[in-house]
Amino acid sequence: MVARAAREIEPGIVVNLGIGLPTKVVDHIPRDFPVCLHTENGLTGIGPTLTPEAADRNLIDAGGAYVSTIPGSAFFDSAVSFALVRSGRLDLTMLGAFEVAQTGDLANWKIPGKFSPGAGGGIELAQMAKRVVVLTDHTDRAGNPKLKKTCSLPLTARACVARVFTDMAVIDVVPGGFALRELANGVSIAEVTQATGAPLTLPDNDIPRF
Amino acid sequence: MRLPDKTCTIEAAIARIPDGATVMVGGFGVPGTPFALIKELVQQGQRNLTIIKNDANERGMGVDHLLANGQVARLITTHIGLNPGAIEMLNAGDLTVEFNAQGILAERIRAGGAGLTAILTDIGIDTDLALGKQRIEIDGKTVLVETALRADAALIHAERSDIFGNLGYAATARNFSPLMAMAADLVIAEAELVLPLGAIAADAVQTPGPFVDHVVGLSELSKEYAVVRR
Repeated sequence: MVARAAREIEPGIVVNLGIGLPTKVVDHIPRDFPVCLHTENGLTGIGPTLTPEAADRNLIDAGGAYVSTIPGSAFFDSAVSFALVRSGRLDLTMLGAFEVAQTGDLANWKIPGKFSPGAGGGIELAQMAKRVVVLTDHTDRAGNPKLKKTCSLPLTARACVARVFTDMAVIDVVPGGFALRELANGVSIAEVTQATGAPLTLPDNDIPRF
Repeated sequence: MRLPDKTCTIEAAIARIPDGATVMVGGFGVPGTPFALIKELVQQGQRNLTIIKNDANERGMGVDHLLANGQVARLITTHIGLNPGAIEMLNAGDLTVEFNAQGILAERIRAGGAGLTAILTDIGIDTDLALGKQRIEIDGKTVLVETALRADAALIHAERSDIFGNLGYAATARNFSPLMAMAADLVIAEAELVLPLGAIAADAVQTPGPFVDHVVGLSELSKEYAVVRR
């Protein structure tokens, strides 16, 4: 799933990889691939993650990982960082999710009474990136669908998600709801339909595998 | 002419913060957090504080000392997920937390620092963060009124300062610091290097000295400034 999501990144774009699963996408981007990674605590041009021994104590990403610079990196303050996000300079963000609705609504920051860490920069990333894709397990730990007709948890942003990468499938959010695009190896159409909490439109042609 | 010397002891600088003050604290995680100034605030024990900081640090670090010491009545922040103690205090009703979208917190502080009253934005308009906020219509679009933030004091960590308070920040330690350094009535900067006038090139200054009231030199850095091994 992570490797497949990495192929979503077009050459030349500016990308923000959210905390959690999306951060792992960076390991699947070829070293000489032309792309600018942004992290909201104030860096464009994120370089490889470093061990504690090699780390600079002042150089982290928004998830707290010790990262590095590459030739052409830039540092800036938090206002500049989100000016970049809100003004349309962020081409793509990859985010985690608790729930995605068939309308593209995203919930990924709060489970009332259980988990209330705050959304950090997630609301602006979800609402303002030119393209928002989600990386998530297809179901939660109890086996309940995370792709649903409507979100039951507090929203991060409305109608923002364009595509969802899961361990089972690649699914687009289109005007009619969820549309199946690709299937993971070993997963059947029946299984992914069963694990999805909203209607899933199937393609007319053969379904690519990943 | 020469520019004035603002160097000051840490005790005298922090003693100017009264009980009940609103205090901005720079930093995003460890980078930029003014651990020495926070430690002095814990030792002096001012109470009933409103703290404005991006995050609540981690347990046993930085702002967490103020929380654990019962000095904080209210926290204005964006994300406290790395500090389970802060979440426990929130859930137990021992701490009032106001969450903001991160870039909107930055802009509210910048507006406060620029002498503006509020900003207008549609960020978070479909979320719980919009509850209770004034909505107005501009050119047919509904936006939220996000009020500017100012503080009684701002605690800033700089990598370098001259004796006038011209500041420079290291790498991602910049984050909220230059914004907060403009948005408080009393700005206290701790610096790893305190340099003579002219040692920081004029075009390398990131916060101009007139915004800064006191410069506190750090003779050594405590363990809290070091790389965190998780």
